[in-house]
Order: sequence, then C-alpha cells, then structure tokens
Amino acid sequence: MTSGVDPIVVNLIVFVLAIFVGYHVVWNVTPALHTPLMSLTNAISSIILVGAMLAAGASDLDWGGWLGVVAVTLVSINVFGGFLVTQRMLGMFKKKEPKPGGAKE
Amino acid sequence: MSANQLALWYLVAAVSFILALKGLSGPRTARRGNVYGMIGMAIALLVTLALVYSRSKNVAPILGGMAIGGIIGAIVARRVQMTQMPELVAAMHSLVGLAAVFIAVAAVNNPVAMGLDAPITVGHKVELFIGTFIGAITFSGSVIAFGKLSGRIRSAPVVFKGQHFVNLAIGIAMIGFGIWFCVAPPETHWMPFIIMMALAFLLGFLLIIPIGGADMPVVISMLNSYSGWAAAGIGFSLDNPMLIIAGSLVGSSGAILSYIMCKAMNRSFFSVILGGFGGETADAAGAGEKKQVKTGSPEDAAFLLSNADLVIIVPGYGLAVARAQHAVKELAQKLTSKGVTVKFAIHPVAGRMPGHMNVLLAEAEVPYDQVFEMEDINSEFPQADVALILGANDVVNPLAEQKGSAIYGMPIIEAHKAKNVIVNKRSMASGYAGLDNPLFYMDKTMMVFGDAKKVVEELVKAIE
Repeated sequence: MTSGVDPIVVNLIVFVLAIFVGYHVVWNVTPALHTPLMSLTNAISSIILVGAMLAAGASDLDWGGWLGVVAVTLVSINVFGGFLVTQRMLGMFKKKEPKPGGAKE
Repeated sequence: MSANQLALWYLVAAVSFILALKGLSGPRTARRGNVYGMIGMAIALLVTLALVYSRSKNVAPILGGMAIGGIIGAIVARRVQMTQMPELVAAMHSLVGLAAVFIAVAAVNNPVAMGLDAPITVGHKVELFIGTFIGAITFSGSVIAFGKLSGRIRSAPVVFKGQHFVNLAIGIAMIGFGIWFCVAPPETHWMPFIIMMALAFLLGFLLIIPIGGADMPVVISMLNSYSGWAAAGIGFSLDNPMLIIAGSLVGSSGAILSYIMCKAMNRSFFSVILGGFGGETADAAGAGEKKQVKTGSPEDAAFLLSNADLVIIVPGYGLAVARAQHAVKELAQKLTSKGVTVKFAIHPVAGRMPGHMNVLLAEAEVPYDQVFEMEDINSEFPQADVALILGANDVVNPLAEQKGSAIYGMPIIEAHKAKNVIVNKRSMASGYAGLDNPLFYMDKTMMVFGDAKKVVEELVKAIE
C-alpha cells in the first residue's frame, strides 16, 4: 500500500507518533530533574545541525552555503555545550552518604 | 550510503534519543540517559557527514564550523554557574531558532543542493514557511528572555497600549506574506519570504517583552518547545525524519513543562503569554495602617532552629540571586549534626526555570533524598517545628487559598501550617504577584531581613 503514499503523509505519521512517545516519556521525568531535562532536550534540538550540514555541504558554496556553515558553527555550540552542561549538572545529584567516614561513592 | 541505510541509522539515533529522555526518570539512571543522547547525536552527525562527503566531498567548512562551535560550547559548559542556567538555556534556544532560519534561507536559495525539487513544491514551501517563522520567533524571543534573565534588560513587563492588537496585526501580516511566498513563483517569492521573516523576528521580540521575570519558567519552557518544532518544521521541509522525530520529542517536552509550570501558578497559558502580569512594587504597605511584623536577628532564629525536631527549608528565587545555596547546605548540615531533621520543600515554579532550585541544591551537594516536591511534603508542615523561608514569597502566600485573591487557586507550599515560621527577605517589598503576604504578619512568624547569603551564614555561626 505504501508505494502510493506521498512522503508528506509518511512524515506526518512519524510526527504524530513521535509526539505520542515524547508525551509519555517526558511525563515520567522526575520534577527534580526538570532543569537537566531542559538542557538535554536543548542539546537534542541541536539535531538541526543535520539540516545545517546539508545546507553547508554543496561542493561549491554560494552565500546560502556559507549561511549553512554559520548555522553549523552556531548549533555546534549547542551540541557540545548542551550535552556537557547536562552531564555536569547530573553529576551533582547525589544521595546522602551511607555512613559518616564510610566508603566514598 | 543509500537513502535506506541513512534512514535506518537515523532510526537508531532516534531510539537513542528516546532512551536518553527515559533515563531522566530518576537521578540514578539520568547520567546514562545523557550518554544515550550523546550516542544518538554522534550517530546522526557522523552518518550525515558521510552523506555529505559522498555527495560533494566538501566537509572541510563543516568540520571547521563544528570545531569552533564545539570549543565555545565546551568552554561555556565548564564555566557557567548553576545560577545562570536559565539564561544559558535561553541563549541556546536562540541558536537553534536562528539556525532554522538560516537553513530555510539556504533551501530557498538553492533547493536542489539540499535535495529539494526546483521550483520548490507548494507543500515544501509551506513547511519552509512554518520552520522559518517558528525559528525566527524562537530566536528573537529567546534573545529577549536571555536579556531579562541575565539582568541586561529590565525584567519587569514592558507594556504599551494596544499591544495585543499590534501583535495580532503583525501575526496576520506574517501569515499573509507567508502564503504569498508559498504560491509565488521563484522569480518573485523572495520579497514576501524576507518580509515574513522580518515580521516573525519582530513578533518574537514583542511577545516576550511584556512578560515579567517570574513568569520566565513558562516562557523558557515554551521557547524550549518552539525550538523543537522549528527543527521538526525543517525536517518536514527537507524530508528528513531524523529532524522530525528529534524535533517532536523536544517540542512535546517543552510543551509539557509549560503546562506543568502554568498549573503550578494556576494561570492559563494565554494569560502568561499575553503578559503584563506582575512586577515588583516598592512598598507593599499600601493605603491605611501599616501592619506590624515581628522581626528578629539571626541569633533569635538560630535559637528556634537548633531547638527544633523538624525544620523544613523553603528556598526561593531570593536564594538563587544571593548565591546562598552553599551556605544553606552548611546550615542544613550543622542542624543535622545537632539531631535536627532537615528537609527542603520545592515549589514547581520556585526560581526562574523548572527544577531550578533542585539544581542549585544539588550543586551545593545537598543530598537529593532531603529534597522534596511540594505535593510530597505539604502534609508534613503541621508537624514541622520551624519552616524557614529563604527568598520565597508568592509560593508560600496563604492568600492563594482565599477566594477572590489574585492568586487564588495557585498551589502553594503550606509553610503557614508549621508551628513557627522564619522568613528571610531583603525587605518588605511585595513579591512578583504584587500582593501582600499575610504569612509575614502572623504571630508565629519572625522576619529576618537581609541578604540571604549573609543571613544564612550568620545563622550557621550562631548555631552552636
């Protein structure tokens, strides 16, 4: 059946399903981690780098291509910064130490 | 690399992203979650790089850009203070929005190079239009949010008469030009495209300017969501399922956070977005007699605290501003060593972004099992000997339980039910909602004025 389906319809299917998954997964995030959630989802949103790469990837770069290169640079800040700052934050969440002077975790 | 191989690798990356978000269900699995996110991103990027290489071999500018951006990102990630997280997140959203606009412009300029037909089909033009305007609004809105959060722009709402009509008019005009762009042939479609883009940038600026500082948790969550939809919009335009999936995950996440924030303030999303709410007033005493508050010194407070069995600390934005989280940790530790049970009560909108207080306390190495969400700890306040309020105001205002008050219906931390209440603020200025807080005037409440950090440090010294 799918041979006659317009790609836009397939995209729509993917879109709707992704929203469902996102909805369910995010409701399970504990409120204490909402800030890391924002920095993590921000890092994931820098997936737009894929689009920027395609824009910057022509063999001969015209001004549009260079705009793409700028976009690559800007979003790369997010990619590296986003995941690294999330990692740094998550490393801060510790439970109470088991006993005073006990083994370091 | 064939299109099918590419798509399958993208699927692996998408699954990785979903696992990343799943990991955030608890602190134990969270770090693993972040690693899944990094893996997913690495896969998506490497595979796309391979695709570009196979098409044009021209990966040097891309790699150069990634290196520069990566270094900047890494430096920022290391240096940023946790109290600056709200503005950092806002700044990062702006980058995604701007990138969406740039990519769309590049696509309109040279569709074939990006895998589109030339002339671009109407369907794809609609998608480009959507990706562009969401990206532009995200960019300028986030820049303003960044300005307000970092104190570079006044955080009080900037309102002017008729602004809702102005915004509506601009919005309609933007859509009009967008439609023109979609139906115009390539020879004439640039002008409406550029005007549409300019209007979108303007709209982002105008939408965020009237929103006051403490409504920022909703605004940042909203912009977080928009950055996801911008990516998804570009994904539709370029027929790229990776962008659609990842963008939708982010978009849903931000939308849920916005919803949670609005519920926690008992305000509708539209009421927040239309703005104009809130702002500090210099003097909350108003007309009529000044009511008396009981004031005390840190030593008085320390006495109460050290003789308590259960102390619940309620941190607010004032604590973040004063960078007092480390001092508070010391206080909690000292009290605990004296046999006092110390717990922290976090209201969902305390601070300037969701989870803000939790991160500050985590940074100060307060164990997360001492930190409780509002719903989980409200029932313990009647047994608490002391509720210590540090820089929080509206979230502990019992007026929220009174019909007719401006904040009626907002869930609050029931600190007023504790046996004793100690409130630390810099002055009697009203909180964000501009309301006076009856908690301050209760008999069992002692106000200790001063900067949160200084006061808490004196508390620590006084507890011997």
